[in-house]
Amino acid sequence: MASDAQSGGNTLKLWLAWGFVGIPLTWGVLQTLINALKLFQ
Amino acid sequence: MSFLSKDRTIAPPGYSRRLIPPAALCVHLCIGQAYAFSVFNLPLSKLIGITQSAPDDWKLTDIGWIFSLGIFFLGASAALLGRWVEEGGPRRAMFTAALCWSGGFVISAIGVYIHNIWVIYFGYGIVGGFGLGIGYISPVSTLIKWFPDRPGMATGMAIIGFGGGAFIASPLSVWLMSNFSTAKHVGVAETFIALGVIYGCFMMVGATIVRSPPPGWKPEGWTAPVQSQKLITTQNVFVYDALKTPQFWLIWWVLCLNVTAGIGVLGQASAMSQEMFPGKVTAVAAAGFVGLMSLFNMGGRFFWASMSDLMGRKNTYFVFFVLGTILYATVPYTGSIGSVVLFVCAYAIIFSMYGGGFATVPAYLRDMFGTRYVGAIHGMLLTAWSMAGIFGPVLVNYIREYNIEHGVAKAQAYNATMYVMAVLLVMGFICNYLVKAVDKRHYMTQDRADALGAAE
Repeated sequence: MASDAQSGGNTLKLWLAWGFVGIPLTWGVLQTLINALKLFQ
Repeated sequence: MSFLSKDRTIAPPGYSRRLIPPAALCVHLCIGQAYAFSVFNLPLSKLIGITQSAPDDWKLTDIGWIFSLGIFFLGASAALLGRWVEEGGPRRAMFTAALCWSGGFVISAIGVYIHNIWVIYFGYGIVGGFGLGIGYISPVSTLIKWFPDRPGMATGMAIIGFGGGAFIASPLSVWLMSNFSTAKHVGVAETFIALGVIYGCFMMVGATIVRSPPPGWKPEGWTAPVQSQKLITTQNVFVYDALKTPQFWLIWWVLCLNVTAGIGVLGQASAMSQEMFPGKVTAVAAAGFVGLMSLFNMGGRFFWASMSDLMGRKNTYFVFFVLGTILYATVPYTGSIGSVVLFVCAYAIIFSMYGGGFATVPAYLRDMFGTRYVGAIHGMLLTAWSMAGIFGPVLVNYIREYNIEHGVAKAQAYNATMYVMAVLLVMGFICNYLVKAVDKRHYMTQDRADALGAAE
């Protein structure tokens, strides 16, 4: 049980940590991609 | 400050190593703002005139020094403080980087407020530059220690953030300035304060999450090689002894030449695409081209660094130099046949390898000099970047000017530059070819390792 709780805690931490950096990075990449599409218009 | 001590950063049982890349990204995404500093150039040149530059406003040439100083102090601080970063652990380094980087913005805001550019040189250029250097190298050796099975991929994941940071900083800065600007001022000082606070908090999260692996830790199911392979050592070389090896200087040139070729063209990408394809590539399309190249620069950091785990570091650089030489030599041909698609494809690959060169080099150093001082050695190697940052743009600009002054049409003015870049990459190929395993006499003895361990 303790191991399951630890595993669950780790999964939550991983989601939070990756979301914390992943969301702004994805937003920035999307903004750049939208600008980059102007090359093909 | 026990929170920052190296002992407090040792990972507890059950800690997942997959938390380390986001911790590293927290730092690199923030310091990657440096690549987007140009969004402040025009606003900084209109602080008094607001809508247009007034006679007392700063000139763009004066403002350009802010970024140059930042990059110079990135290399200088990484070289000077590499050992301090290595010996104090990742948290102390990330914490210090956060203070310097956010502090640099706050000092710069004061400089804007009192309209004194020397305060900005000091704030962003020197204090912020130290934040850049310390922040850049702070997670490298920690990542390599946590991912001994895939060191290239791990460092690639962090260094991708330095490329990606500009993607966030550029629209964020524009948005902040548009919110803070009024009819009477352009909102740069407030934007600097906001960025300082945001980056400070973001980097502190990274410093809190980061952990060093416990001594002797290794990934489950992975067995460390007992004996050194041909180009991957199991030994360690002391940081200052690495400087005495030809391998360090050969890799220094490998990085310098790879970066010189890329960085020179990077700064001119927009103008080059418009001048090589007059009428076909508009200013708006050229901005899109620069954005696309930045994406390949970022993606290449992860792709090539991960590939280097499979291909080997030396082979990866061979690919950069061979493919790069062919592509640079092909660019004038794409201009002569008027093929924008081929031009874009060639540059997309070139810029992916430019980013890949940055991301693969920490693992190359680890293969050559071992894990223990790789962060400090990497710090000293970054002087190659500072050097390339000066050489690359100067080379591209001067060759172009020389050609135009001698009657070459603008569309062909870059041809000679491309051939010079191809030659630089041939020189890089030779340097990479000459890299052999480090001589055993440079390895740290057990006595010395114990003595240094006690001192740390």
